[in-house]
Amino acid sequence: MTELYDWVRLIPLFPFLAFAIILLFTQRNQKLSTYLAWAGIGITWLLGWTIVFRAIGDKHVLEEGFRAPIFSIPTGRGLLELGFQVDALTTAMLFMVPFVCLMIFIYSKGYMHGDPRYSRFFAYISLFATGMLGLIVSDNLLLLYIFWEVMGLCSYLLIGFWYEKPSAMKAGLKAFITTRIGDVIMFLGMLLLYSVTGTLSFHEIFSEETLHFLKETTVWLPLVGTVSVAPVIAVLLFGGAVGKSAQFPLHVWLPDAMEGPTPVSALIHAATMVSAGVYLVARMFPIFALLPETASMSVVAFIGGFTALLAATIALAQDDIKRVLAYSTISQLGYMIAALGVGAYVAATFHLITHAFFKALLFLGSGSVIHGAGTQDMMEMGGLRKKMPITFWTFVAGMLALAGVPPFAGFWSKDEILAHAFEEFMHKGVMSWPFFVWLVLSLGALLTAFYMARQVFLTFYGEPRSHHMHAHESPKVMTYPLIALAVFAVFLGFVGVPEEFPVLGPLFGHNLFHHIVGHQYPATPLNWGVMGLSVLLALTGLFLGWLVYGRNPLKEGQPDPMTKLGPVYTLLRNKYYIDEFYSKFIVRPAVALATLLFRFDNSWVIDPFVNLVGKIGVWLSDLGRIFDLNIIDGIVNGVAAVTAWFGKILRLTQTGKAQNYLLVAILTVLLLLGLYLYLPM
Amino acid sequence: MDFPILTLITFVPLLGSLIVLCMPKEKERLIKQFSIAVSFIPLILSILLWVNLEKGGGIQFEELVAWIPAIRVNYHVGADGLSVPLIFLTALLTTLSLFYSSFTIKNRVKEFFFLFLLLEMGMFGVFVSLDFVLFYVFWEIGLVPMYFLIGVWGGPRREYAAIKFFIYTLVGSVAMLLAIIGIYLNTGTFDIIQAAAMRPFVENFTLGALAFWAIFLAFAIKVPMFPFHTWLPDAHVEAPTAGSVILAGILLKLGCYGFFRVLLPMFPEQFHRFAPIIAVLAVISIVYGAMVSMAQWDLKKLIAYSSVSHMGYVMLGLAAAAFAIGSKDMLTSQAIAMNGAVFQMFNHGIITGALFFLVGVIYERAHTRDLKAFGGLASKVPYYYGIMLVAGLASLGLPGLAGFWGEFFVFRGTFAIAPVYAAVGVIGIVFTAAYILWKVIQHVFLGPFNEKWANLTDMETYEKITLWPLVIFMVLFGLYPPLIVDTINAAMTRLLSGL
Repeated sequence: MTELYDWVRLIPLFPFLAFAIILLFTQRNQKLSTYLAWAGIGITWLLGWTIVFRAIGDKHVLEEGFRAPIFSIPTGRGLLELGFQVDALTTAMLFMVPFVCLMIFIYSKGYMHGDPRYSRFFAYISLFATGMLGLIVSDNLLLLYIFWEVMGLCSYLLIGFWYEKPSAMKAGLKAFITTRIGDVIMFLGMLLLYSVTGTLSFHEIFSEETLHFLKETTVWLPLVGTVSVAPVIAVLLFGGAVGKSAQFPLHVWLPDAMEGPTPVSALIHAATMVSAGVYLVARMFPIFALLPETASMSVVAFIGGFTALLAATIALAQDDIKRVLAYSTISQLGYMIAALGVGAYVAATFHLITHAFFKALLFLGSGSVIHGAGTQDMMEMGGLRKKMPITFWTFVAGMLALAGVPPFAGFWSKDEILAHAFEEFMHKGVMSWPFFVWLVLSLGALLTAFYMARQVFLTFYGEPRSHHMHAHESPKVMTYPLIALAVFAVFLGFVGVPEEFPVLGPLFGHNLFHHIVGHQYPATPLNWGVMGLSVLLALTGLFLGWLVYGRNPLKEGQPDPMTKLGPVYTLLRNKYYIDEFYSKFIVRPAVALATLLFRFDNSWVIDPFVNLVGKIGVWLSDLGRIFDLNIIDGIVNGVAAVTAWFGKILRLTQTGKAQNYLLVAILTVLLLLGLYLYLPM
Repeated sequence: MDFPILTLITFVPLLGSLIVLCMPKEKERLIKQFSIAVSFIPLILSILLWVNLEKGGGIQFEELVAWIPAIRVNYHVGADGLSVPLIFLTALLTTLSLFYSSFTIKNRVKEFFFLFLLLEMGMFGVFVSLDFVLFYVFWEIGLVPMYFLIGVWGGPRREYAAIKFFIYTLVGSVAMLLAIIGIYLNTGTFDIIQAAAMRPFVENFTLGALAFWAIFLAFAIKVPMFPFHTWLPDAHVEAPTAGSVILAGILLKLGCYGFFRVLLPMFPEQFHRFAPIIAVLAVISIVYGAMVSMAQWDLKKLIAYSSVSHMGYVMLGLAAAAFAIGSKDMLTSQAIAMNGAVFQMFNHGIITGALFFLVGVIYERAHTRDLKAFGGLASKVPYYYGIMLVAGLASLGLPGLAGFWGEFFVFRGTFAIAPVYAAVGVIGIVFTAAYILWKVIQHVFLGPFNEKWANLTDMETYEKITLWPLVIFMVLFGLYPPLIVDTINAAMTRLLSGL
């Protein structure tokens, strides 16, 4: 039955149609716009899940993939073929993306209610969904890049959705430019890959011959010398992931992206855009892992691990409910990236999927809180538990999943990452990246549990710390998606329970997720020690959080206990001053250079030179005029003057008397006669 | 085609312009309608041309008539996959410009439309000529109407800008004329195709190099490449809207077209040898142009400088292809680079054309182009914002819109041949995003609304009609590039295999 998979071509089409129709025709009609957007993502969701559940049982598709070509572009005598595909990784993503998008779309109806640009919001998120869906079904890197950029555009538009606010408008620009820097590096990686292998199709790149060829091929790099080409491609492509998945040093855009409406945050920071970077690395994983001892893997492991810890520490000192989640997202993406860096492909994708569900839940939950409480500042909140019970309980489910408390979804996926890193570390010793990764991620787990506990206690416990807070539970159209996502946050982890785990392992299909996604990789063995430690760390973090914020809830006017950390707190709160550093050393110099170049162009060198040449031309022609007037014309006039002078003299001879003429005539004849006689012949 | 389609395309505008000349000056409405109607004839014919073009068939629709037999000058015209898209672009932009101008030009209507049709003939002429003398004549003819368009209907510094444009281009033309005569004396023919096949100065590289640089100068000024570009911002800023559109959309392409049609086939050895120099200039044009754009506060000047950057992509692709002449395994990359370059020419025509129209739209209302004077217009003029956003995004090479493909192919081709140039060139992409989104979109449309513009009105119907065709092409070629790449690729493959 291949016909069903052929429908994969239509997956990005429906949201795209919704986008186009809303933007062009139904902007005025909010209700119709909503239903169009819902219909677009809804149909795609149904189609997507139909394909997913067919593919799960289809060994052939999972192992070989199914490709549906769309069109091809001639390249000299060859062709560049573009198309969509279904394979194991696509199947996993296709399970998550349309569903989470659908929940966000439904929720948005409530959240965006009354916004003057309500319809346009639905158009933009539909385009966003198109981008993400297209990305996961692309069968080649170029098409992936196209959808990748479409998402970049949407994030620009959506973050800056309330563009009257200067902060929102700047955040949108920052997101676009920062990710574009990563994209340009990725673009180069794509060019290198295409130039070396002559193809961008995943199927062809990952074929035995191509991989073997890549293994053998070297490339000369300035300053570095001759190196294998595969790690170079990998590191360049990774640049895109660093931008999109907000990894250090390009992570700065994501916290600012909180300026967008909350459903956007959920869409960008959970389900879709940020996970695209991880997806890219996972998708190109064979290239990364081709020469595992080279830079490709260690760069990934280092950046991921470092970011995971860096962002987790920053999250400790933020007061904005969404910013905490944003840094938490950066940190969790670091987990996934680091996992890929130590070869934990299945664990990384597993965490990608589970994280998408519970982080979307947390963002939508925070949106519900903002909607109800009218503020984003956790220092003003407090005691919302009683007023917003559904939001509270679903938020707690998400928090426990994120903190990695068993049996919530995040526990299983995070534990698999740690177990894998530990396993590798056992093989390679302390002086290896897996050890680093295992260490920082374990530490990160502790911090994660702590800042999530802080967030929950600050928001939902104690009494409101602001007088003008009249919180109320959000409408059903917002709470139902929360409940649906919470169900996944609680139960989704079971699809990836390690096979050896007593009772649960066999009950849930012997690590079903691994069978779907990781047929070519060995499963990570269950490690009770690591698992025990990670549970312990999570519970410790939660306990510490309770100790600081839960036991004696913060009262109005009381300072955050975090401030006791002093300069460390200041450093964390100011995000290590990375933004300031960039502004001072990159953005301003670039703008100054541009201005300088314009002066060079317009006032100092180039144009003045052109004008100088022009002036010299005019001057030369002036010189010519003077020359003409005095010399050339002078000669002409001189000739005339001489003639006139001769004329004047000769006029004297013109007496008019016949005798004189006769005399002259006779004299002349005589003279000529004389000459005739005496001159020799 | 059993009728002389290229001759018709070229000379119908001339006929039209002569008829306009005979019309009474006060019948402005009639003059406008008639001119637009006339411009539809070459537009329809150029679509016919594209549809009937046999891909991979080389030069087609040829016509050959003796013109000055004494020195073997012929009226020789023809078209292939390189020129057909450009002919179509010319026809399209001219029609849109005439339509737009019929609403905005208020003084000296008759002269304006007369000159515009004359200009159209000149541009078509360059794209169809296969004889050097004919080529040169059309090349020069195009110059005169543009001189007057800037000089008469332009802004405050129009006279300076017009004369700068004219003289600068003329300097190049004179050099080219000398080279043409040299080629004639060497090969005994003015026929571009024949002369290229005979490889002028094949026995004397130095002489060939001299001729190469002479012609290079003429085309490089027109493109314009760094450092011959400073006439462009002046000319653009002073020109009337339609003049800017044609200037950026078509006249710059004349220079690029010359590189493809004349210089590369005629002097492959020299081009190959000097390709690194040209590539360096191209990369400088890309990055430098983008950075200088970013420093602008005049919207029109910003777009003008962005042309320098965008034409740099064209030249980079071409230089890379030339650099690889002789290495047989590079044919694919060469073809991709050249496809990208030609695609980029077309894209730049529609995208920058649209941007200049959009500048005109706001200038007609606000009478200023100072970016600092605007702010928050997005809600006030949403339609205008939408169209500007699409054009801007196409200009910064957003995938899914036409501009992306040109850049992608240029960089893809270049990267395989000369990776360092491509790697430096891509920096331009970041700056392009910066000046479009930061300078244009943010300063004009976003942020708090500037109350000064409380009476600003959104786009009129005629403005929408002018811009929609361009937007449609941006999206169409962006979503389905084979539509145009099929045509270009065949011509480029053929051109490369002849080198």
